[in-house]
Amino acid sequence: MNIISRGFRGRHRPDGDRVPPGQYLVDDFPVLSAGPTPRVPPDRWEFAIDTEAEQTHRWSWQEFMALPSETPTVDIHCVTKWTKLDTTWEGVSLDVLFEDVETAAEYALIYSYGGYTTNLPLEDLLDGKAWIVHRFDGEELEPRHGGPARLIVPHLYFWKSAKWVRGIRLLNEDWPGFWETAGYHNYGDPWREQRYEGD
Amino acid sequence: MRRLVWRAAELAEIVTETATARTLRFRVPEWPGHLAGQHVDVRLTAEDGYTAQRSYSLAGPADGDLVDLTVETAPDGEVSPYLTEVIEVGDQVELRGPVGGWFVWRPESKAPVVLVAGGSGIVPLMAMIRARRQAGSRVPFRLLYSLRDPDRRYYAEELRRPDPGLDISYLYTRSAPSGVSRPAGRIMLDDLAEGGWPATFEPDCYVCGPTGFVEAAADLLLALGHAPERIRTERFG
Amino acid sequence: MTAEHLDGNALAGPLGEIFAVDVTAATGRCASCGLAGPVASLRVYGPDPGLVARCPGCEEVILRLVRGPGTAWLDLRGTVSLRVNLPD
Repeated sequence: MNIISRGFRGRHRPDGDRVPPGQYLVDDFPVLSAGPTPRVPPDRWEFAIDTEAEQTHRWSWQEFMALPSETPTVDIHCVTKWTKLDTTWEGVSLDVLFEDVETAAEYALIYSYGGYTTNLPLEDLLDGKAWIVHRFDGEELEPRHGGPARLIVPHLYFWKSAKWVRGIRLLNEDWPGFWETAGYHNYGDPWREQRYEGD
Repeated sequence: MRRLVWRAAELAEIVTETATARTLRFRVPEWPGHLAGQHVDVRLTAEDGYTAQRSYSLAGPADGDLVDLTVETAPDGEVSPYLTEVIEVGDQVELRGPVGGWFVWRPESKAPVVLVAGGSGIVPLMAMIRARRQAGSRVPFRLLYSLRDPDRRYYAEELRRPDPGLDISYLYTRSAPSGVSRPAGRIMLDDLAEGGWPATFEPDCYVCGPTGFVEAAADLLLALGHAPERIRTERFG
Repeated sequence: MTAEHLDGNALAGPLGEIFAVDVTAATGRCASCGLAGPVASLRVYGPDPGLVARCPGCEEVILRLVRGPGTAWLDLRGTVSLRVNLPD
């Protein structure tokens, strides 16, 4: 049992039914990092989807920016217990990027500039559940928040929403990513509080 | 075998250092003692179970079960604003330590010492200065203390008092008081050449401060010929 | 000044929960580039969601430590060896 420090409240405020169990609301946007922030100039940026049949679909920055975009407003939940409501983004739905991709794979491994990886079932990326975004809150996405482009998968803990996204590898077998091999839950549903391996 | 446990710590005394920093003296029953330069983890728990923790350097040798931490408030911080603005004498936190066996000075050491502090990086270096005095060590110390302006000085009165064998150079980065010949600015090669010990004396160098400061100062020490294994650094966020 | 990373000194408490000796004073060798140096000199990112210690030479991951309720996960895959000074 911890000892309570009188008068300590932290910077969180708990709230109603939009906040998953164990989470606290924040107004700021904390930055968590596992390594140096990659700086990827748009002219060197590229996004790829590699299928299990070793076919690769690629988009340059220009090609990516020419795709139809959406402006999702979503709640995001970090496994470190902060939740931020009504975040606004602009980017391309994964449904658009997967339009011409032929695959029977069940799993996806997201990989990023800087070496980060995270895994999830392919179906969690489709049907309007995920985007590659390049703007946040009306502004160009800053490098510290994953710019030039990051994935957002708001229905899973935010570590699945890889910053500095570089591509998606489709796989027949699940391949756990950076945090998933270091004790964090393989799926990470905030509503079932799947924080750690075994939760 | 030593198992690291959280211990209850009760605030016994508060000393104001600057407008934004204070020294907190905690009573920690059965404190095992520590070396100068070591730090502790502090854990705060709210009534609803929310917890936050942060590391702080110990500011001086232990006095029985009393330990001193000096805390600078961080504008976006969570733990430090509590420690600098909210906590009162008699309140409790949890404390774990001491930890860290690399960035330490041992009183039996015979090598001369160069201490290079950036802002609140003075804290673990002050612990070394105090440990030296407490042990009656005659090892010569030189402190270079880089800070924005004189109002930011921690332990101002204590550092003003003569301490034989300790030389201090203040390096002001924004505004220097009148009568100081060095123009305000970041730490430079000349500062370390004049205020430190020559590399041929083979001093132990301790550098503590924000990451950018530590990297700049460590590079300058290397440029002056100090051996990498004699330069010990500690960065904080 | 915003510091992106801390250094290996910040690992002392979290590793002190696991090991009986102070590992930050030990000398480690990077599995990627071979650089040897004290654990205290590693570049450390975190503490949340986990501590990630990287080689100051090549930035590869040396060590990862995640602390959950009742469990810690420690990954040392980036370390070839640790030399620990012990009293006889």
